Amino acid sequence: MHYLFEPGLFSSGPVKTALLVGAIVAITSGVIGVFTVLRGQSFAGHSLADVATTGGSGAFLVGLNQFWGFLAAGIAAAALMEAIGVQRRRGRDVATGVVLGAALGAAALFLYLGTLQTATTGASFTVLFGSIFVISPDTVPALVASGVIALLVVAVLARVLLLTSVSPDLARARGVNVRLVGTAYLAALAVSVSLAAVAIGAVLSTALLIGPSATALRVTKSPARAMAASALAGLAATWIGIVLAYDSYYWPPHGHGWPVSFFVVALVLVGYLLSYVRPRKRQAPRSPHVEEGSPECSPA
Amino acid sequence: MQEAPNGVTVPDLRQAGGRPPTAPEDLLRLEGIGVRLGGRQVLSDVSFSLGKGEFTGIIGPNGAGKTTLLRVILGLIEPSGGRVFVDKKSVGYVPQKLVIDPDMPLRARDVVSLGLDGHRLGFGFPSRQRRELVEATLADVGAAGYADTRVGELSGGEQQRVLIAHALISRPKLLLLDEPLANLDLRSEQEIVAVLGKLAREHGISVLLSAHDMNPLLGVMDRIVYVANGHAASGPTDEVVTSAGLTELYGHHVDVVRVHGRVLVVAGE
Repeated sequence: MHYLFEPGLFSSGPVKTALLVGAIVAITSGVIGVFTVLRGQSFAGHSLADVATTGGSGAFLVGLNQFWGFLAAGIAAAALMEAIGVQRRRGRDVATGVVLGAALGAAALFLYLGTLQTATTGASFTVLFGSIFVISPDTVPALVASGVIALLVVAVLARVLLLTSVSPDLARARGVNVRLVGTAYLAALAVSVSLAAVAIGAVLSTALLIGPSATALRVTKSPARAMAASALAGLAATWIGIVLAYDSYYWPPHGHGWPVSFFVVALVLVGYLLSYVRPRKRQAPRSPHVEEGSPECSPA
Repeated sequence: MQEAPNGVTVPDLRQAGGRPPTAPEDLLRLEGIGVRLGGRQVLSDVSFSLGKGEFTGIIGPNGAGKTTLLRVILGLIEPSGGRVFVDKKSVGYVPQKLVIDPDMPLRARDVVSLGLDGHRLGFGFPSRQRRELVEATLADVGAAGYADTRVGELSGGEQQRVLIAHALISRPKLLLLDEPLANLDLRSEQEIVAVLGKLAREHGISVLLSAHDMNPLLGVMDRIVYVANGHAASGPTDEVVTSAGLTELYGHHVDVVRVHGRVLVVAGE
């Protein structure tokens, strides 16, 4: 007989670390993801994740913590994207595709060389698919601080980011430096992707960025509520994923826990599918002419 | 009276007491504006002014430089010659359209609220005052009925009203609108024109809008700025829109035909 909360779950140090890091990752990804989707920049998120893979595997090869590799490569890629303007899907997507392919190719080389050195495939799995249970406690303060800084940047820029997503010209006409704001946002996105890469792997990091926010955008109407719902959805998927992964130690094949990333990504998908089951409250179909009335008589 | 200095300057009138030095009643004045974009002369020697409560249409064919002219006034394009006198703080801007997907969680009230302080840092805290102001502004343009609808789900005419409310909430003296009638059905077109006419007549807000068709505006327009072939002619509609005047502007023969109170500009030969 096994339980949902297996004995020892909450007294285990790695589990506590995983829950803490999982929370900061989920909240950062959830909040920043809403702006990513609002700004139509999910492609930028994917690109950053690809380049972060290269950084993480490079860091592993030279014996550094992967997070620093993810972060350095992500920030560098964000700066490059800003410089040549490829944040949006439509912009130069062929050139972007070629560069990203090369980045992943370099990651393949780094991981292969790294595997030769250590004679284990564990590290390449960690870079690609994450391992939230083996996070070194030394890096936890850096992870938490990075998440908090990224969230602060987005909080300070929240209104300007919304105005820019409504119309960049409108923002420019009101004296907003749209380009500077976009760069700062892209840097916060890079930090968020790096954090998610630590938790669920570089390859899967965008799942936590885009999935909960896409779900939240379907079930909420205002930006503030979307951010709250997205953070909560990400948090639920991450924490439940951690618990299930811990439990899975007792599942077949016995004595080998399933990867947390699998559970988190599966739960993100379930949440997204559920947002379709719950019908969104729509107003009755309106004809603009019948309802608006004439401009002189304002509707109540 | 102050002599306009030579050279290219776009003075910020906040330093000049918020008023153009030569005509205190003008909210906006352009003097000999020229614009070069990508090495091409797009506009030459455009001059006109706009007084309080005046309704002016910038009319001309597509690609004539109407949007460019608005962008010069907004300070988004630096002119290659001439001067613009405007207090940018008193300008409300309505862009051509929203670039928002239908499933984005931005309600009409969120967009209007951004008009108040969307350019500021930090996130605004909701308050009763703010909510009431947003709702009153939406009601001013007849958009109160869909305050809580996502803007992406609104029709073109409804979105245009929300954008007008977004510009109005900061209490501008001058409203600049870029092709507000583009892609609207006839009924919405009439309604938007009526809303704008009312703002000019009853609230004394000066309206400057661009349009490729002058006909929907004939009833409300005080003055016209007709842009063609890189040049502009301005004045009362009847004086500007004549076969002789527009032929000179276009640089080739055009006929102006008036049918049932409507104006058609037809290329000759």
